[in-house]
Amino acid sequence: MKKPYAITLDLGSSRANHTGSWRTERAVYVDRLPPCNDACPAGENIQAWLYEAEEGEGGYERAWRKLVEENPLPAVMGRVCYHPCETACNRAQLDEAVGIHSVERFLGDEAIRRGWRIEVDAEPSGKRVLVVGAGPSGLSAAYHLNRLGHAVTIREAGPLAGGMMHFGIPAYRLPRDVLDAEVRRILDLGVELELNHRVGNVLEEMREGGFDAAFLAIGAHIGRRAYVPAGEAARIVDAVSLLEGMEGEERPQLGRRVAVYGGGNTAMDAARTAKRLGASDAVVVYRRTRDRMPAHEDEVEEAAEEGVMMKWLSTIKRFEGGKLTLERMELDETGFPQPTGETEELEADSLVLALGQESDLSLLEGVPGIEVEDGVVQVGPNMMTGHEGIFAGGDMVPAERTVTVGVGHGKKAARQIDGWLRGAPFEPPPRHEIAGFETLNTWYYSDAPRTEQPRLEDARRASTFDEVVGGLGEDNALFEARRCLSCGNCFSCDNCYGVCPDNAVLKLGKPGELYEIDLDYCKGCGLCAAECPCGAIEMVPEEI
Amino acid sequence: MAQRDDSRSGAPYPPVTGKRRTASATQRVKLYQVGTHVAGNRLLEPEERTVQARMDRSNSLTSGHRACQGCGEALGARYALDAAMRATGGKLIAANATGCLEVFSTPFPESSWQLPWIHSLFGNAPAVASGVAAALRAKGREDVRVVGQGGDGGTVDIGFGCLSGMFERGDDVLYVCYDNEAYMNTGVQRSGATPPAARTANTKPIGEHPGNAFGQGKDVPRIAMAHGIPYVATATVAELHDLEAKVERAMELRGPRYLHVFVPCPLGWGADSADTVKLARTVKESGLFPVFEAEAGEVTAVSKIRRQVPVEEYLRPQRRYAHLFGDPGHPEIVERLQAMADANIERYGLL
Repeated sequence: MKKPYAITLDLGSSRANHTGSWRTERAVYVDRLPPCNDACPAGENIQAWLYEAEEGEGGYERAWRKLVEENPLPAVMGRVCYHPCETACNRAQLDEAVGIHSVERFLGDEAIRRGWRIEVDAEPSGKRVLVVGAGPSGLSAAYHLNRLGHAVTIREAGPLAGGMMHFGIPAYRLPRDVLDAEVRRILDLGVELELNHRVGNVLEEMREGGFDAAFLAIGAHIGRRAYVPAGEAARIVDAVSLLEGMEGEERPQLGRRVAVYGGGNTAMDAARTAKRLGASDAVVVYRRTRDRMPAHEDEVEEAAEEGVMMKWLSTIKRFEGGKLTLERMELDETGFPQPTGETEELEADSLVLALGQESDLSLLEGVPGIEVEDGVVQVGPNMMTGHEGIFAGGDMVPAERTVTVGVGHGKKAARQIDGWLRGAPFEPPPRHEIAGFETLNTWYYSDAPRTEQPRLEDARRASTFDEVVGGLGEDNALFEARRCLSCGNCFSCDNCYGVCPDNAVLKLGKPGELYEIDLDYCKGCGLCAAECPCGAIEMVPEEI
Repeated sequence: MAQRDDSRSGAPYPPVTGKRRTASATQRVKLYQVGTHVAGNRLLEPEERTVQARMDRSNSLTSGHRACQGCGEALGARYALDAAMRATGGKLIAANATGCLEVFSTPFPESSWQLPWIHSLFGNAPAVASGVAAALRAKGREDVRVVGQGGDGGTVDIGFGCLSGMFERGDDVLYVCYDNEAYMNTGVQRSGATPPAARTANTKPIGEHPGNAFGQGKDVPRIAMAHGIPYVATATVAELHDLEAKVERAMELRGPRYLHVFVPCPLGWGADSADTVKLARTVKESGLFPVFEAEAGEVTAVSKIRRQVPVEEYLRPQRRYAHLFGDPGHPEIVERLQAMADANIERYGLL
């Protein structure tokens, strides 16, 4: 080629110069574990389903399908879960936590409204599993075992499926049509349900029914009693019976002034129920202070809004002639309440005891290997009891007693039972490093306060069992989903592609909108990692 | 203030196209909680994303250039030129001053430029750009547009006379200054854009008044405004939507236009290469570098501070200011710099 005067070289592009050789660190895309997922007792992949929901219309069904991979009861859980995910949410440090539960509820309600169904595509394993108890844990286990290809029979002592969701949680928190719709969907998979069937001895029933394994989730339905010296006319009931009675034909009679003894969520439910039954005064008597109360913040707040009164630092000495004698307590240095000897009186027509619940473990009598401690059955990390092939979960094993924990146990046990039946123990995949707040670059997120759910007005709350907390409409649910910071997981914002001074981030486009580092040119400056909003890029030293 | 009115300017340079933006220079994205400040978002239609988020961006400055790790100038040049390429449908010629940008991009015979590009001398880039524009006019090629560009040395010092002439003559050129506040290519010497107290090779951090002197230097965006030219704007590499909108606006207009882009220099400032964008963000959020636009000599819009930070947050990560924070350090100098930031906040209404 003829060149101009004084030119001796052919022109070329700088792309011949592979500046990647300068690098001492390389950028690597990672998935970190979002704190919400980490905190979810049911092991939901919250960030992933919010990601789908962010797309709106077309994304809702995909979001719901992602959700029900882990949890078959989203409409229920969106209402009754105490959402530890929101406590853990990184956005709480920015403005307010994402209202995860309200989006979950929206998706669950959408699924019911549109009749989304679940198909089982696993090959039948030929194995049969007995599930005892149709509460959250039993239903969850049955659902997951069924999806894994096993034939499942649930035996339930009560007249209805749902367990404590039916007989413990009042209808103003969980409308029964919602619960029934989600239970129905599980049964429609082909799970067999036998109601009014109390399992006497589990080993016998397994043998007779030809079951290969059993999952026990009988819950804790016996209200714990405390000895309260009482006169003859004094009316004392336990909270479990009260709430269970609400599901019958005749409503329990409590009178105008009702005292509830205890400080847990059940105490709140009992007091709020008493109000709705017509009590003018509902007083919760608790021996410690509000901050030491096991009841969840939301429930205490809603109860207070409805006029439930609280009597802190008090124990009940006597109940006689329409009067409770209370003794004032004081917290010692360890935070334990100590009696002071001072007493006072409180007028009451009836006393509801909400002092905790116990399990009826008679079905395990004579089963070798079973270990019971503090009234609950001990299980290994694989949810198996001391007896090979018998697993247990929910309120009857040592754990926090919530619907969500129960659903989580059901899933975990189902995977372990599946592994045990197939002779290949289930190994949970290794957990990723947590995406802490410090891994985020929050500059890039818009300021967006949380959307509050509508509340039923006071007058209706006082007298009816209508649902207190309303759901979000589509607009709001979408807004709320889009508040997710997507901690630790790329959401295709194009920032890395934009900020690389060397064009060394390649955008691969749809589907998935993924990126790739072009190591021929990546100089390892770290800008992409520093400017990634969600902490999904890590700088890794090169081996030299 | 934010609403534009082209007829008001009275300038002899009518806008090129009818496409008009309203409100501030920042792109508004409703409800996309994860898409307002980032480059793009999978939920946005491709045409609503920044140019830099698009797979078909022109990469005017392509890979393999020899800029340092984390170079703010390389980033700023691609941002500005890609936006201008998009605004002109790829009909763009660039004239470049001497400096880092020229040296790291064109070690003969290799070039990183993917557009027609010309370099002559250190001080004449505005004049060369004017000449290219004149030639195009003579050939009747008014569809092809011209960008002049250089660093702060080539713009505020050495090429300053040519720049002022280009403004005064009304030449149809967008001139972009990539300001990294010193002569970096030759070894970090002080320029007319070096801020007070900064250490450079010839403003040592020693004596009673360490680093660069207070009260000197030039505020070229305001000098440009004083010429009454159609458009003057400042921007940083931390706000991509804003920068691109300003280039796009500039390309809608004819006549001399000036864009001053703040581009951190990891090597010259003694900063971590990963902090380039962060420093561009904190300089604006502190008020030390006001981000605004002006038409016909009047400020028409400012980019408000969103999360205000004290100047210290901007200064501390840079070794060129290390002498301010040693033991005993110079808290009184930090205070003077804070006062400068506060004065900017007051003057431009940044809060």
